[in-house]
Amino acid sequence: MRHTISVLLENEAGALSRVSGLFSARGYNIESLTVAPTEDPSLSRMTIVTYGSDEVIEQITKQLNKLVDVVKLLDLTEGAHIERELLLIKVNVNQPAVCDDLKRMTDIFRGRVIDVSDACYTIELTGTGDKLDAFIKAVNPKLIVETVRSGVSGIARGNRTLRT
Amino acid sequence: MANEAEILTGAEILVRCLEQEGVEFIFGYPGGSVLHIYDALFTRDHANKIQHILVRHEQGATHAADGYARATGKPGVVLVTSGPGATNAVTGIATAYMDSIPMVVITGQVPTTLIGNDAFQEVDSVGITRPCVKHNFLVNDVKNLAMTMKKAFYIATTGRPGPVVVDIPKDITAHKTLFAYPDSIELRSYKPVLSGHPGQIRKAAELILSAKRPVIYTGGGVVLSNATEELTQFTRLLRYPITQTLMGLGAYPATDKQFIGMLGMHGTYEANMAMHECDVLVAIGARFDDRVTGDVKKFCPHAKIIHIDIDPSSISKNVRVDIPIVGDVKHVLIDLTKEIRDSGRSPGEDALTQWWAQIHNWQEKHCLYYDRNSELIKPQAVIETLYELTGGDAFITSDVGQHQMWAAQFYKFDQPRRWINSGGLGTMGFGLPAAIGVKLAYPDRPVFCITGEASIQMCIQELSTCKQYDLPIKIICLNNRYMGMVRQWQEMFYDKRYSHSYMDALPDFVKLAESYGHLGRYITKPEAVRSALEEAMAIQDRLVFMDFITDPAENVFPMVAAGKGQHEMVLSPLSPQTPVERELA
Repeated sequence: MRHTISVLLENEAGALSRVSGLFSARGYNIESLTVAPTEDPSLSRMTIVTYGSDEVIEQITKQLNKLVDVVKLLDLTEGAHIERELLLIKVNVNQPAVCDDLKRMTDIFRGRVIDVSDACYTIELTGTGDKLDAFIKAVNPKLIVETVRSGVSGIARGNRTLRT
Repeated sequence: MANEAEILTGAEILVRCLEQEGVEFIFGYPGGSVLHIYDALFTRDHANKIQHILVRHEQGATHAADGYARATGKPGVVLVTSGPGATNAVTGIATAYMDSIPMVVITGQVPTTLIGNDAFQEVDSVGITRPCVKHNFLVNDVKNLAMTMKKAFYIATTGRPGPVVVDIPKDITAHKTLFAYPDSIELRSYKPVLSGHPGQIRKAAELILSAKRPVIYTGGGVVLSNATEELTQFTRLLRYPITQTLMGLGAYPATDKQFIGMLGMHGTYEANMAMHECDVLVAIGARFDDRVTGDVKKFCPHAKIIHIDIDPSSISKNVRVDIPIVGDVKHVLIDLTKEIRDSGRSPGEDALTQWWAQIHNWQEKHCLYYDRNSELIKPQAVIETLYELTGGDAFITSDVGQHQMWAAQFYKFDQPRRWINSGGLGTMGFGLPAAIGVKLAYPDRPVFCITGEASIQMCIQELSTCKQYDLPIKIICLNNRYMGMVRQWQEMFYDKRYSHSYMDALPDFVKLAESYGHLGRYITKPEAVRSALEEAMAIQDRLVFMDFITDPAENVFPMVAAGKGQHEMVLSPLSPQTPVERELA
């Protein structure tokens, strides 16, 4: 089953490679991994999307907790939570019809055109992975120049938090 | 804060930190990146009590520090240079990591300005060691050095112990700052749990008391936790059979009647059968290693399992357990024993009597049988004789292979920290340098290195270190001219195709030992074994290398072949009681 795990860890050189090294050394799956410092600059927060049997997920959380740099972790999948991902997509718009179509589609998906050139629009879109997939599917694949996705950031709903 | 407020260089600070930690020995080898540190050791020599032991290869330094740590319970300290110094140390670091041995390894690094430039003797030591350390540090400011050393010792020695690497760039060792060593330390991200959960302990006590066919299975965690006394009380109170892993030997006295031998791939018939048939398994400081479980699908099929371990990730990693208790073995055993005593209940008498009768029946197999009338030296006989002559009270280090298994089977360890071997990683070359660490810690105690002609050659250079520091270790080389365990597997599973397991072009070990300034003995006849060992033991002030020419065809039995269940053992084909192909209902 797919799990989204939030990890609070010391913002130190090498902390990220300890986590990624753990996943590769023990053969765990990793679908996406995002990380950035928190409002407390001594801490980083990481969102890991992984999948595996209950036994494997249990080992993943234990092994992560065992890393000396990991302060705390929370398996978001155990409760209600929100996931968001950012997509930047560059689309070829050399025909006016394509232009209008794309603009309409972007509005429907509540995205924004954030860069315009003679040949290309760049669109910004946030949402769940499924929503981003749907948007990409809706665009004529011949017109897609490039895409970049941030990987998932997650947070629990309500009072459930991950804090020191 | 300690009251030394002086402006010191990084190198001087490092030496002061080691003094503050009460370090007795540093096992090391100098080189460019650690020259400042070696200079600080030299100039501080008059004042400190730290003795530097110069090894002949960095692998030797790590194994020696490891042996010291295993024998004493104190952290071993290693100092090596950057690049090849660090990479040579990796095998020893991984060895300590697999067996949870506390160690602080200081590696030199190129100056911070050169890091990443492919500088001379530069290697990413933190990156290379990351998967085989408990934690590691790269020191990037001299102001952080003392605190980093404090953290390193704290992390290495607490919780589930393990090696910690501190990588120090050369320029940091020259920079100066005010030295202050913290008395204590707290890390928000690292808080080992000591006491077990009371609810879990209560449940465990309940299950233990209701057992009809119980087995206590203990491992290296009992040794690391110094919980021998607590384990002995617990086991004697219950009168249950106890088996130990290779790493756990000595934590419970092997001569006690409740001890049913080592378990696992080369464990006793009775221990493995008892595991297979038990209804309650109490696992204490053991990690269900594949060499213990055999095929996990066939492991302890009737048992409810209680698992006490300080490392949550050890629990339910290989085998699902019913009652996990996370905590330090010593603390948990005290609480668990109290819980059982306070309950006023005792184990069911009839069931236990029946269970012991069954175990005694299994013991009748005499699974450790070997031919005592052979005209060749049997390796088992050498170890049995050594056991008799030393009264079971020597420190025994070993390398890896058949000789290691025979030592574990035939030397009955009654005390912990006497049996020093590489269990998890299985590192050939471990035995001799480990014996150096043990002998330095206990100069007045007998220290034997049981090895083979293949293993000993992997760190033979340390004979020179033994000479330099006058360490009268006794080396027992069970020389069968083969990598014995490889040969055994090839014989049993590869249709006797002995691919590259024959040890050709062996040195004359007697002359080799003598060339290093030691004594060498060549023993070829069974009747000469006892007198050779007696003679070596009588020589108090010299290292003696005993080259025993043993039966090359001897194999280790019992054996659970890889992928088989623990009850599917092969016994010695020569045994009068074999073959045993017993499938129990």
